[in-house]
Amino acid sequence: MNTPAPLRAAFRQAITEAWASGAGALLPIGFFAGAAMLVPFTVGTDAAQLAAIGTGVLWVALALASLVSMERLFQADLEDGTLDLWAQEETPLFLVAATKILAHWLVSGLPLVLLTPLIGLTLQLPADALLPAMLAYGLGGLAFFLWGGVAGALAASVPRGGLLIALLALPLFIPTAIFGGLAAQPDGETSNLLFLAASTLFALGVAPFAASAALRLAVD
Amino acid sequence: MISIFANPHRFMALSRWLAPVCLIAGVALIAWSVWQGLWVVPKDDYQGGDIMRAMFIHVPSAWLAMGSYLGLALASFVWFIWRHELADMAAKSIAPLGAGYTAMCLATGSIWGKPTWGTWWLWDDARMMSVLVMFFLFLGYMALRAAMDTRQKAAKAGAILAMVGAVNVPLIKFSVDIWASLHQGASVIRMDGPAMPAVYLTPLLIGALGHMIFFAALTLTLMRAEVWQRRADVILARKLAGG
Repeated sequence: MNTPAPLRAAFRQAITEAWASGAGALLPIGFFAGAAMLVPFTVGTDAAQLAAIGTGVLWVALALASLVSMERLFQADLEDGTLDLWAQEETPLFLVAATKILAHWLVSGLPLVLLTPLIGLTLQLPADALLPAMLAYGLGGLAFFLWGGVAGALAASVPRGGLLIALLALPLFIPTAIFGGLAAQPDGETSNLLFLAASTLFALGVAPFAASAALRLAVD
Repeated sequence: MISIFANPHRFMALSRWLAPVCLIAGVALIAWSVWQGLWVVPKDDYQGGDIMRAMFIHVPSAWLAMGSYLGLALASFVWFIWRHELADMAAKSIAPLGAGYTAMCLATGSIWGKPTWGTWWLWDDARMMSVLVMFFLFLGYMALRAAMDTRQKAAKAGAILAMVGAVNVPLIKFSVDIWASLHQGASVIRMDGPAMPAVYLTPLLIGALGHMIFFAALTLTLMRAEVWQRRADVILARKLAGG
């Protein structure tokens, strides 16, 4: 089966945008590591204390780092007219939106997940629990990107909408943060991971449609 | 049924007397329940003594906070499907009022919580978390509308956000319910009837009714202001065009 051209274009664009204009894909990584690094300086270096809050710190840093690049996700497409063309295509706009968000997650979200064991080690988390926890961070990060994508689409026509995106998306992050925080604990129960997966699936079902409705508003 | 109220002229004619009537009735009912609550009913030592009188504001504002989010989502839905301008005006008017009631619920809850639970705030309580999230949803809604450059865009963006928020509410509710709860169980709406003595229940329900009518009065007034605003904009545009 041939992939429709708009989907391929959206995918390719998200990948190339990540490396254009000052290596955009590295910025979330730098933000993620920097935010986590600040924590030992603020709460102290006590190993037991760091180990107790380490999982939560990773989740907060992941949630915030997911938002960093959302402002430009659809704004660039609106400015250069790509979005107008996509809105007229036969391919449903929600598929284009989903493709763009998922491709963006692949270049800007997945690296953060791959980095969690390293930062987890510096936060004194038990080493053998860090690799299994990556599954939870991956699922949660995907949900963060999906809801962030909705907020990014809503704010696509707003100049300097970065803070607005954060205000819109953060309440939607809460279920993911709760289940994720429980699931990524070193002694976490499997049920929490399943709840996390379910909430990510829910985001996958709702967010593309909401994002495409918001994108239609932006091109009006 | 909807089309009767969707006509702006009929709405203005109706709300012209309905808004002040609701305002007077709402204030009267609230005043009666506050008087009952503060001076008449006996204090309940199990709920912290005199501080339990905060209930007569706290519980109605919690109900109104939830109800207003529901109203916002419904109005957004009606606007999104049928594009009735009055529905959008209703959504726009409900948001700041709902945020106000949500803030009042949080504030009175804190004031009640400090002497009874010994703390202003608890993170492990499901209902407090839900109300806090709702507060942020209202703030985001208002910020998004304010950021849009045209009225049509503000209406559409707001409607999408309100509906996304509304489908998330059950998930948020479920996730925060996973948290252990220190909060007392629900004691008014239960399967086997209210557990609260009638001496408290009557002023509480009358007060809640008063707040509801008061809320309706404020919503109608804001909607009327919005209609006038739009008419003024049209007149101004005509003037600028030299008409």
